[in-house]
Amino acid sequence: MSESVAAEHDYIGLSEFPTMEEATTMSDKTKTRDNNNGLNFKATELRLGLPGSESPERVDSRFLALNKSSCPVSGAKRVFSDAINESNKWIFSTGSTTATGDVGSGSGPGSSVVKDGKSTTFPKPAVPVKEKKSSATAPASKAQVVGWPPIRSFRKNSMASSQSQKPGNNSETEEAEAKSGPEQPCLYVKVSMEGAPYLRKIDLKTYKSYLELSSALEKMFSCFTIGQFGSHGGCGRDGLNESRLTDLLRGSEYVVTYEDKDSDWMLVGDVPWEMFICSCKKLRIMKSSEAIGLAPRVMEKCRSRN
Amino acid sequence: MNYFPDEVIEHVFDFVTSHKDRNAISLVCKSWYKIERFSRQKVFIGNCYAINPERLLRRFPCLKSLTLKGKPHFADFNLVPHEWGGFVLPWIEALARSRVGLEELRLKRMVVTDESLELLSRSFVNFKSLVLVSCEGFTTDGLASIAANCRHLRDLDLQENEIDDHRGQWLSCFPDTCTTLVTLNFACLEGETNLVALERLVARSPNLKSLKLNRAVPLDALARLMACAPQIVDLGVGSYENDPDSESYMKLKAAIKKCTSLRSLSGFLEAAPHCLSAFHPICHNLTSLNLSYAAEIHGSHLIKLIQHCKKLQRLWILDSIGDKGLEVVASTCKELQELRVFPSDLLGGGNTAVTEEGLVAISAGCPKLHSILYFCQQMTNAALVTVAKNCPNFIRFRLCILEPNKPDHVTSQPLDEGFGAIVKACKSLRRLSHSGLLTDQVFLYIGMYANQLEMLSIAFAGDTDKGMLYVLNGCKKMKKLEIRDSPFGDTALLADVSKYETMRSLWMSSCEVTLSGCKRLAQKAPWLNVEIINENDNNRMEENGHEGRQKVDKMYLYRTVVGTRMDAPPFVWIL
Repeated sequence: MSESVAAEHDYIGLSEFPTMEEATTMSDKTKTRDNNNGLNFKATELRLGLPGSESPERVDSRFLALNKSSCPVSGAKRVFSDAINESNKWIFSTGSTTATGDVGSGSGPGSSVVKDGKSTTFPKPAVPVKEKKSSATAPASKAQVVGWPPIRSFRKNSMASSQSQKPGNNSETEEAEAKSGPEQPCLYVKVSMEGAPYLRKIDLKTYKSYLELSSALEKMFSCFTIGQFGSHGGCGRDGLNESRLTDLLRGSEYVVTYEDKDSDWMLVGDVPWEMFICSCKKLRIMKSSEAIGLAPRVMEKCRSRN
Repeated sequence: MNYFPDEVIEHVFDFVTSHKDRNAISLVCKSWYKIERFSRQKVFIGNCYAINPERLLRRFPCLKSLTLKGKPHFADFNLVPHEWGGFVLPWIEALARSRVGLEELRLKRMVVTDESLELLSRSFVNFKSLVLVSCEGFTTDGLASIAANCRHLRDLDLQENEIDDHRGQWLSCFPDTCTTLVTLNFACLEGETNLVALERLVARSPNLKSLKLNRAVPLDALARLMACAPQIVDLGVGSYENDPDSESYMKLKAAIKKCTSLRSLSGFLEAAPHCLSAFHPICHNLTSLNLSYAAEIHGSHLIKLIQHCKKLQRLWILDSIGDKGLEVVASTCKELQELRVFPSDLLGGGNTAVTEEGLVAISAGCPKLHSILYFCQQMTNAALVTVAKNCPNFIRFRLCILEPNKPDHVTSQPLDEGFGAIVKACKSLRRLSHSGLLTDQVFLYIGMYANQLEMLSIAFAGDTDKGMLYVLNGCKKMKKLEIRDSPFGDTALLADVSKYETMRSLWMSSCEVTLSGCKRLAQKAPWLNVEIINENDNNRMEENGHEGRQKVDKMYLYRTVVGTRMDAPPFVWIL
C-alpha cells in the first residue's frame, strides 16, 4: 500500500521527500507495532468487514463492525505541508467532504483500530486543523485534493466509466500508456446508510482494496452508530473472540451493498476489487436484518470460516 | 412624468428583454416600477435563498418563466455536501398555489425530486419548457410525469444531472398526441432507453430541433432517428461504435447527408475512433462542436474532423488533441468564439497533452475568441502576455494548471505578471479563474484593472489578506467571489462589510477565516446569511472553549431579503 502511495505523488507535484518519508515512517510504525505485539492484529481486529474479500490481510472481515474509536478522525480535514514554497505559512489541504485522505495514507486502516490498548479513543481535537497537520501527512493513495482539478463530478465519472469500458481501443492510440494504466479519473459514488441523516460521496479510485474502502466507510459513518453498540471501548483491544463475533452478527451489524450497472443490489466483496469499482454506482450500508437474502450468506460464510 | 398611457410604455418595455435592463427600468420611478412589474414575464434569480417565492410572486404576478440557481458554484467540485439545500419543491408549491401561468422553468444546481416534477407537471396547463442543469434528487419516474402530463411540452433539456435511472418507460409516457417537442436532451441518463418509443416520438415531432441521446442509443437507432428528423439542428450522438462496413453505417451516412440544418454536434459518449468521417459532409455547416466526452477519439481523428469545420464558433474538446491539434484549430476555425479544453487524463501521469503553446496558437489564430476554459499542465508568463496582446476581447478567461501552485515552468516565477497582463488588456473581462503559483501581486493587478469583473475563482493563491483586499476594494462590479485554500482571513473578510451587499455571494473554504470573524460579520450585516458548513465536526465547534479562534472550514455568505433559511441541514450553521 505504501509503495503505491509514493508513486502517486507526481500528480500533486509537491516535493516528494518529506511526504514520502512520512508515509514510509507511518507504515513502518504500523508494521513494527504489529510485529512487536507478536499478534496478528489484522486478523483479530474488529472492523468494517466485507464478505468474500480477496485481500490477503483480511481474515475476519466478513462482517461490519463500526468502530467508535475511529470517530474523531472520521473525515477530519487532511492537510499537506507545502514543501515547495517554504516562505508561506498556509497549508495545502484537502476538503473535508470525503475521508479519502485518511484512508489511503500510509497509516492505513489498521492503525486506526490497532491502538495497542494505549488510547481508547483518539484525542478529540480542540482545533481540528492543527491536529491533522501533525498526524495525517501522508497523502491519499492517489494524492488527490478534493474538488481539484475543478471539473464537474458528472464529467469525471463519465470519463471514468467510458475509459474503464474500452480497454481494447486504447492500444490503437498514442496515449495508450497514459490511459490503459492504473491511473484513471475519480469515480465518485454516493454512500448512504440506514438511519443516517445525510449521504456521503466517496471517490472509489482512491482505494485499492476492500480493506481500505471498509475502513473509510467505518470512519465516515461511525458517528452515526454511537449508541448502537453500547460500550465500544473493548473493540480492538480485547481482540476478537467467537462470542463477540456472534454477538455482532446477531446484533446491529451492517452489511455493505452496492448498486451495479444493471441497477441490481449486490453484496460488496464478491468480485475482485477492480471489477467492483468498474461496476459500482452507489453504496448502501444496510442493517443485515434489512438485507434479506444477503445477510444469510454473511452468516454462512462466517460459519464456514469459523 | 409619463407622457404616454401605460399601455404604450408597457409595449416599449416588451422590447427590453435583458434582466439587467429591466431591473434598471424598474428603478426609474414608481410608475415605471409598477408597469414593469406587471409586464415582466421572465425572472432570473441567481440565488434561490436571496428571496422567497411568495415575495417573488407578489412583485411579478404575471410570471411565465423562472430561472433559479441553488448551490454555490463549488458544489460542482464536491465541496458542498449533498444535503446543503437548494430544494425546488417549495418554489413549485408556491407557484402552483398562486396559479401563475408558468411556462418555463430553468434550474441549476438545485435538488429536484420526483414529487416536485409531478407537481410541476400537474399544476401548469401551459407548461412548455423544463431545463435542468447539474441538478439531482430525481429519477426517471419524475421525467415520466412530465412526459405524461405536460400537453404542450416543447423543451425537456437535461444537462449533466444526476438522475436515478429506473430503466422505466418514461419515453413511452409521452402521449401519442404530443407533437410539440422542440428540444429533447437526455444524454445524462445512464440506463437503457426504449428505442421504439424514442423513434416514434421523434417521428411525430416535426418541430424537433435539438436531440441529444444517451449512451444506450446505438448506431443503427441513430441512423433511423436522423432519417426521420432531417430538420435537426443540434444533435447529441449517443453510442457511436460502428463497423464501417455495416449496413447501419451506410444508412447513417445517407441520413447525415440529408441533415443540412445541422449546426451543432456533441456526445460520442462511447465512440470508436474511426467513426467521425461519416460526419465530414456536414462539418462545413457546424458552428458548435462538443467532443469533450469522447475519450476514445484521439488526435488524428479529431484533427481530420476539425479541418472540415471552418465555421466553428464553439469548440469543446479534450486535451488529447494536443498542441498540434490546437494549431490546426487556430488555422482552420477563424470564427471561433468559445473554446474549452478539458483534461483527458486527470491524474496527469506525465502526459503533457496541451501546454502554453496551444493557447498561444489559438490566441494568434482566432481573433474572435472571447471565452476560454483551458486545462493544461504548464504555463508561462510570456505565453500569457502574448495571449493578452493577441486577444484583448476576452469576456471569460479560465485557466487551470492541473498542478496547484505550479510556477512558470521556464522562469520558475509566479504567474502574477501573466495574469496581470490578461486583466490589463482585457477591459471587458467578466469572469476569471486563475491557477498556478500566485502571490498577492496578481490580486493587486486584478483590483487595479479588472473593472468589469463579476466572477472570480481563486484557489491555492495569494500570501496575505492584502490579496483579498485588493480584489474587494478594486473590483466594483464583483458579484461572485469564490476562494479555496488561500491564506485570507478575518481582516480581509471584515474590512468592508457593505461590499457584500453589492455582491451575490462569497465562498471561502480552507482559508484562514475564524468562527469569531464570521460571527462578527454576521452581527454587522443582518441582511447577510453567513453559513458555516461543518459536516464533520457536527457543530462541535460550539462545544469547546477555543471556538473563537477556530478556523472555519467552509463559509458561504450571500445577501438576502428573507433572512435565515429554514431548510438548512444540521451541519450548516447560519450565524
